[in-house]
Amino acid sequence: MAARDDSRIDDDAPAKASLFYDPRFRSIVAQVVLLLLVVWGGYEIVRNTSANLEKQQIASGFGFLDRTAGFGIIQTLVDYTEESSYGRTFIVGLLNTILISALGILLATALGFVVGVARLSSNWVISRIALAYVEIMRNIPLLLHIFIWYFAVLRSLPQPRDEPITLIPGFAFLNVKGVFMPQLVSEPGFWMTATALGVALVLSMLVANWSRKRQEATGQQFPVGLTALGLIIALPAITFLATGRPASLEYPVFVETGPVLRRGFTQDVGINVIPEFISLLLALSTYTAAYIAEIVRAGIQAVNHGQTEASFSLGLRRGPTLRLVVIPQAMRVIIPPMTNQYLNLTKNSSLATAIAYPDLVSVFAGTTLNQTGQAVEIILMTMGVYLTLSISISIVMNWYNARIALVER
Amino acid sequence: MSKLGVGIAQPYVRDAFVPPTAPPVLERGFLAWARKNLFSSISNTILTLVGIYLTYALVWPIIQFGIIDAVWSGTNADCRENGHGACWPMVQAKLGQYIYGRYPGDERWRVDIVFYSGLALLIPFLIPFVPFKRLNAILLLGVYPLVAFVLLTGGNLRIGGMFGDLMGLGGVMGFVGDWSIMIAVIAGLLLAFGRVAGLAMLVPTIVVAAILAIIGLAVVVAGIDFGLEQVETALWGGLLVTLVIAITGIVASLPLGILLALGRRSDMPIIKTFCVGFIEFWRGVPLITVLFMSSVMFPLFLPEGVTVNKLLRALVGVALFSSAYMAEVVRGGLQAIPKGQYEGAQAVGLSYWQMMGLIVLPQALKHVIPGIVNSFIALFKDTTLVLIIGLFDLLGIIQLSFTDASWASTVQSHTGYLFAAIIFWAFCFSMSQYSYYIERTLHTGHKR
Amino acid sequence: MKVFAKVALGAVVATGFAGVAAAGTLDDVRAKGHVQCGVSQGLPGFSNTDDKGNWTGIDVDLCRAVAAAVFGDASKVKFTPLSAKERFTALQSGEVDLLSRNTTWTMSRDTALGLNFAGVNYYDGQGFMVRKSLGVKSALELAGAAVCTNTGTTTELNVADYFRANKLEYKVVAFEKADEVVQAYDAGRCDVYTTDRSGLAAQRLKLTAPDEHMVLPEIISKEPLGPVVRQGDDQWFNVVKWTHYAMVNAEEMGITKANVDEMKASDDPSIKRVLGTEGEFGTAIGLSNDWAYNIIKQVGNYGEVYEATVGPNTPLGLARGSNALWSQGGLQYAPPIR
Repeated sequence: MAARDDSRIDDDAPAKASLFYDPRFRSIVAQVVLLLLVVWGGYEIVRNTSANLEKQQIASGFGFLDRTAGFGIIQTLVDYTEESSYGRTFIVGLLNTILISALGILLATALGFVVGVARLSSNWVISRIALAYVEIMRNIPLLLHIFIWYFAVLRSLPQPRDEPITLIPGFAFLNVKGVFMPQLVSEPGFWMTATALGVALVLSMLVANWSRKRQEATGQQFPVGLTALGLIIALPAITFLATGRPASLEYPVFVETGPVLRRGFTQDVGINVIPEFISLLLALSTYTAAYIAEIVRAGIQAVNHGQTEASFSLGLRRGPTLRLVVIPQAMRVIIPPMTNQYLNLTKNSSLATAIAYPDLVSVFAGTTLNQTGQAVEIILMTMGVYLTLSISISIVMNWYNARIALVER
Repeated sequence: MSKLGVGIAQPYVRDAFVPPTAPPVLERGFLAWARKNLFSSISNTILTLVGIYLTYALVWPIIQFGIIDAVWSGTNADCRENGHGACWPMVQAKLGQYIYGRYPGDERWRVDIVFYSGLALLIPFLIPFVPFKRLNAILLLGVYPLVAFVLLTGGNLRIGGMFGDLMGLGGVMGFVGDWSIMIAVIAGLLLAFGRVAGLAMLVPTIVVAAILAIIGLAVVVAGIDFGLEQVETALWGGLLVTLVIAITGIVASLPLGILLALGRRSDMPIIKTFCVGFIEFWRGVPLITVLFMSSVMFPLFLPEGVTVNKLLRALVGVALFSSAYMAEVVRGGLQAIPKGQYEGAQAVGLSYWQMMGLIVLPQALKHVIPGIVNSFIALFKDTTLVLIIGLFDLLGIIQLSFTDASWASTVQSHTGYLFAAIIFWAFCFSMSQYSYYIERTLHTGHKR
Repeated sequence: MKVFAKVALGAVVATGFAGVAAAGTLDDVRAKGHVQCGVSQGLPGFSNTDDKGNWTGIDVDLCRAVAAAVFGDASKVKFTPLSAKERFTALQSGEVDLLSRNTTWTMSRDTALGLNFAGVNYYDGQGFMVRKSLGVKSALELAGAAVCTNTGTTTELNVADYFRANKLEYKVVAFEKADEVVQAYDAGRCDVYTTDRSGLAAQRLKLTAPDEHMVLPEIISKEPLGPVVRQGDDQWFNVVKWTHYAMVNAEEMGITKANVDEMKASDDPSIKRVLGTEGEFGTAIGLSNDWAYNIIKQVGNYGEVYEATVGPNTPLGLARGSNALWSQGGLQYAPPIR
């Protein structure tokens, strides 16, 4: 100690020590160190990767997106042939991912609300069934759900050339190759019906807006739902008939004779929903619904019972109480965790790759990656897509959340 | 009228209560309960009947398949002949594979030791009122992983050192040489820095040197040849891999998650940005792409000639992924701690780490134990995804066994999936029940 | 600093990192005491494990033969099961010394991936398997079929090419793993299962009723399957290449596992050269002179291995066909050892 004091007797030692103990100085040091570490790590990764790519003579860059893919995809929402490019496979996979996620979110929400409300039912059997549903579904891995829906159920379905299961008589059929349904085939002039539908939608929204304003001003109610329903059905229907029915349904054709491979449902007539899609959709939505059910239950329970009692004492019946008092308040609790479930469902749709549903991961990060070997570009693009999807869902749900949030006066 | 009665001896006073009459038949016992809960109205009755029918339609086939029609003993011929009930002899025959994967038959006792000793340490740790928590934690988190590592892999790592080798010390001793030199250099640097900066660095130096020495000791133990046969991770499989990934994932993600959560709440902009970016990135991408990245991209990141074991790569991916989720769980706990706790800690002069380690984190973590258990359940379920990158966890090995021709029958896959579902359900359900239990036990202190 | 980095790396993830020194692969293999061999994750006849974790198959035996050549002990080999997707990365990064995983030799893999194919241990071609009940006799009758295959291989492209070239419409269902393809095909999801014909024979065993399926006569591609090593290490390349050739030569000369000891006393100079009693052929590639003797003694000649793993008397029941010796009308032809 003494030695140090001697050597630094006329130095500004106290200032140095205090600098070391200065939180600002420390925080700057910590941040600079972190920044350096991150930059160094990133640099090392980039350097190693480029050196490895060069050594292993793996091409880099995004030129591969223009090259011909050369493989077939079983479900495409846009035109795709084997001559299409890898870039096209990206689009095909992306659209398939969006399709399954959107439908999955809709189904899971509906089922989740039903189960969540059933959990609170005064009927013992119903609430126990809902509880059992939640506890069974949540505690089995999603991948196992998917395999059970796909491989176990697939084995129980009729073979393609046997009598199919009729889901809706004359309309929808099921066998091991999936669901076969009629397809809407439009003829020239159908656009007018489509436009009419659009017009009806816009009109309904305007009516809803007007009636809300009127109710706020005068207290008078207007049957918005019925009007909208009438508009949405009647307007396109009238246009459709007036323009001479410019569309028809193409029914699936079941051939029973002829060459064996031609028997069964004829390909590309009507809509064939592939079993990979169905099982993935069912697995995703039934699994996520269990989580949504718990969220809905917690949300409804979070609404003070006094609210219900007050509403009853005002003379509202059970239905309007639930619709006008309980649910709107429960939504504030429900929306944020629900957003997480929507994000999870979207990300979980990537498990498609296990059962050959051609989603983004399966088609692009799977087949395309294997054929081109350009792991870095493809994995980064795939991750980028999921990040974008996640952020978009978050933004939409945050906007909705802000809209319904409690406005403090 | 009442005045009349005053002074007059009361004619009759009953000296015992009237024995209560039993409620009407419809108001008691099962009937009343059923009437009230099941058949209170017409709509309720319909719901009940629909519910009962649904249960019957969904559950009965499973009971029929799994129990009533099942083949309980025999060979594949019996299963083939039966053709519509579960084939449990297949599961019995394959059980070894389901638990150990391709782990060599003669060495499976090592896995058993790891399983049982893990249970023996874990169970007392999980029960709140069992004493010696600190010792238990040290054994479980410090000693046990090392023992498990040595037993499972066979230890005897090829480690060595540069200077140590130059000094003529080979293998483990070479590493000891190098490591001692490194500790000495670091300790010297720290002391010198303390001297220059005018700080008392003796205690921190000893702490750092001790930590490094413990790490070095662990590596040395892993490097000793215990005479165990080396078992490559490629041969591991089944429940072993499921547990290894889930447990390593959770153990590694907890400290990382805490650091990230602290970073996210920090007021240093760069650290905060980094943590937010890190968390949101991992939370925004599916685990499967993370695993793909670890299996096809990660090798490209490393310098030429360095390779990382496939299981370890998956472990790193899983740990990073779950640490982002863990960070959000911990952040929730941190936000629940009132500001007064922070201010109080600062007022008595605690440093940041003392404040966090002694005051804030103990309270915050206690709040989020259920959340941590839930993360663990999620992670346990997510381990199944490693089958997509070609590691054989429990589900993967069960699926692999469907392709065994000697057990081929129409019920092979149904049986396997049913078995997998039961096992996973049992694990996850008991964990979630534990989480409820711990929630109840710990919340007593907060009830007002 | 480098020392520190090395030590620190070693300490942090001690188990996972295994450095590949700049020295040749052969020296590395000798130093670590075993050959690390990449094989498939489960293809009967080629590389597969039993319940106890023992590996069998023609690809596995090649790995054993290399170990016998290097160490004189065929058991000094460890196997890394690899998926189709990971196999090249694993080899390039040094995770395995040798890839023996029914890998098709193509120009792009040979030239652009930094790999060397060290021979062909199985000549194969892509074929189709269908249910007999379909009554199909030729692949040209497959119009309108749903085809199951797996991604990450050449088969997916071949099948697309074939159906397009023959103007047949089809639907392809492509799975990540071979086992999933088999399951889906078995469940009736697809009418056709396509992969290499050897693979068809192997996977057929996994079907619920193997006898109800048949392989169509068409072979729509050439699939020469063989062991692969990293480019730029000629010594190791030679070891692997000549291990295979030694086995083929041994069959040609009639040297078998059983008679190899008697053969050692043979006067035939070419046999003497193979078994190392004449010349210095082993030491020339960095091995001992009895390298080929060890291979044959411990693993067998090519024909023996073939018969034991995939041949007509195994569950796969594959005739020698193209894999017969050149002298018997096949393609297996080994340059002479001299």
